Amino acid sequence: MGALEPIDPELWTDEESPRLVAGKLPSGKVVFPMPTGDAATGVERHPLPRRGRLWSWTSQDFRPKSPYEGPGEGPQDFEPYLLGYVEIPGEVIVETRIVGATLDQLNLGMPMEFCIVPFNDRHSTFAFRPEISS
Amino acid sequence: MSDVYIIGAGIHPFGRTPERSGREQGVFAVRQALGDAGLDWSDIECAYGGSASSGSADVMVNELGLTGLPFINVANGCATGGSALASAQYAVASGAYDLAIATGFDKHDRGAFNADPKAYGLPEWYGQTGMMLTTQFFALKIQRYMQLHGITRTTLGRVAEKAFRNGAKTDHAWRRSEIDLDTIMNAPMINDPLTKYMFCSPAEGGVALILASEKKMRELGADGVRIASVAVRTRPPNSFEVFQPGISVEGGGKPTELASRAAFEIAGIGPEDIDVAQLQDTESGAEIMHMAENGFCADGEQEVWLAEGRTELNGSLPVNTDGGCLACGEPIGASGLRQVYENVQQLRGRGGARQVPDGPKTAYSHVYGAPGLSGVAILQR
Repeated sequence: MGALEPIDPELWTDEESPRLVAGKLPSGKVVFPMPTGDAATGVERHPLPRRGRLWSWTSQDFRPKSPYEGPGEGPQDFEPYLLGYVEIPGEVIVETRIVGATLDQLNLGMPMEFCIVPFNDRHSTFAFRPEISS
Repeated sequence: MSDVYIIGAGIHPFGRTPERSGREQGVFAVRQALGDAGLDWSDIECAYGGSASSGSADVMVNELGLTGLPFINVANGCATGGSALASAQYAVASGAYDLAIATGFDKHDRGAFNADPKAYGLPEWYGQTGMMLTTQFFALKIQRYMQLHGITRTTLGRVAEKAFRNGAKTDHAWRRSEIDLDTIMNAPMINDPLTKYMFCSPAEGGVALILASEKKMRELGADGVRIASVAVRTRPPNSFEVFQPGISVEGGGKPTELASRAAFEIAGIGPEDIDVAQLQDTESGAEIMHMAENGFCADGEQEVWLAEGRTELNGSLPVNTDGGCLACGEPIGASGLRQVYENVQQLRGRGGARQVPDGPKTAYSHVYGAPGLSGVAILQR
C-alpha cells in the first residue's frame, strides 16, 4: 500500500509541520475553509497556527450515510469517532476530528494541537489532539 | 396591512403511513382544513406549499382540482412551513387575496438526513470525513451551552420525557407511549450528550392552514384565530449554524433571536404575554436553547424551569404541547406548520387531553432550519 493522499490537496500545507489552510478576507477576517471559485477573489491563502483551544465536542456513534467515506464496509465495522470545534485564538474556530483522547478526557478550553491522521485506505485527513505538554 | 386569520386547520397524522405518499398526506390535510373552514378547494385563491423529499407541492392540484389558482412552491429547509405561512399571510395582508392556503408535507427515509456538501456550497471533504451531519451540530451547540450555562444531562432527559408524555395524549403524534427518564438517559448515545430518545426522527405527515381576511372571515362566520405576527429571518454575521466548518471568533447573533424580536415587536407584546409555545425541538438541547433565544428565560434558567415543571401542560409556559418534533417526528415540509396547527387547536380549546387549562389567548411558534433561518408566528384569540 502506497502513501496516503490528502483528502483534499489544498486543505493543509505541504511542509514538515503542516498547517491547516484558511483564508484571509480583504477586511482581515479569517474564514475556514479557504473559499473557492469567485468567492476566493481578494482572499489571501492563510495557514493557521497549529495550536488552539477546545471550543466544543461530541461523538459520532452511528455510521453516517453517503457521502461519508470512512473505513469499513458498513455499520458492522464502523468505529465511532470524536469531533469538535477548536478555537485558534484571534483567527477562526474550525470544525475537526479529535484524536488521541476519549470523551471523558475532553473539557472546554483545553489546549489542542493540529495533526494529520490516516482516514481510510486511500486518504489522510486533519485532526486535533490534546496538546502533549513538553 | 390588514389583519389575517386562520379559519381552517387540517393535519394528516405524523409517523409512518406506508399506504400514502407524502403528497397524498398533504392532500388529506388540505381536505380536512377545507372541511374545518366549510370551504371548497375552488374557493381558495392562492396557495403556498413545500416538501423536501416528496416532490413539488403544486402537483397537489392534480388531486385537489385544476382551478387555475397561483400555487407557489416553498423550499426553506426545516423552516419551509414557517416560510409558507409567512408568504400566505403577506398575500392576504396585502389585500391581494381574501383566502389563501399554506400547506406542507413530507415522507423521509429512515435514519438521519444526509446532505450534499455541494448543495450548501461546501467542500467535498466535509461530507467525506463525516462532519456534515445535522445531529452533530445540535450536539456541539448544546455541549458548549451546557458547559457555559450549567445545564445538566438530566435536564436534557426531562425535555424528552415531557415530549413523550404530551405525545401520548395527542392524536396526530407518532410516538404515543410515555418513556421514563431512566430509559431516556440510558439509551444508546447518538452524539454525546444526546441519546437516541433525545433526538427526533425524520418522519411523514402533512398539514394545511387556511388563511382569510377579516372581511372574508366575517362573511363566512368562521371560527378564526388572528395572526398577530409572523417573522422569518436568516442568519446575521458571525453566527453559529448547522453545516459550518468554520465559525468566527467574534461571536455573533442568532436568526432565532432576530425573528423572535421582530415577531414580538410587530405583535406589540412580550414573552411574558405568551400562554403556550411550540419551540423547535429537533432534539432536547434545541428546546432548551430556544427557550432562551426566544426570550422566555435567561441562559441557564432552563435548569430550574424543567426541574419545576414550568413547561408542562399545567405549567406557567407549556412548551411543545403535542410532544413537538420529539414525539411527532420531523417531516420537513410539514413540521413548522404542525406547530401552528397545534397552537390553533389550543387557542380554539380543541386540545382534548393535552389542552392547556384556563383558555390560552396567545400562542407562539418557532421553527429553525438549515442553513440558518428561523420563522416565528404569534397567534391571538
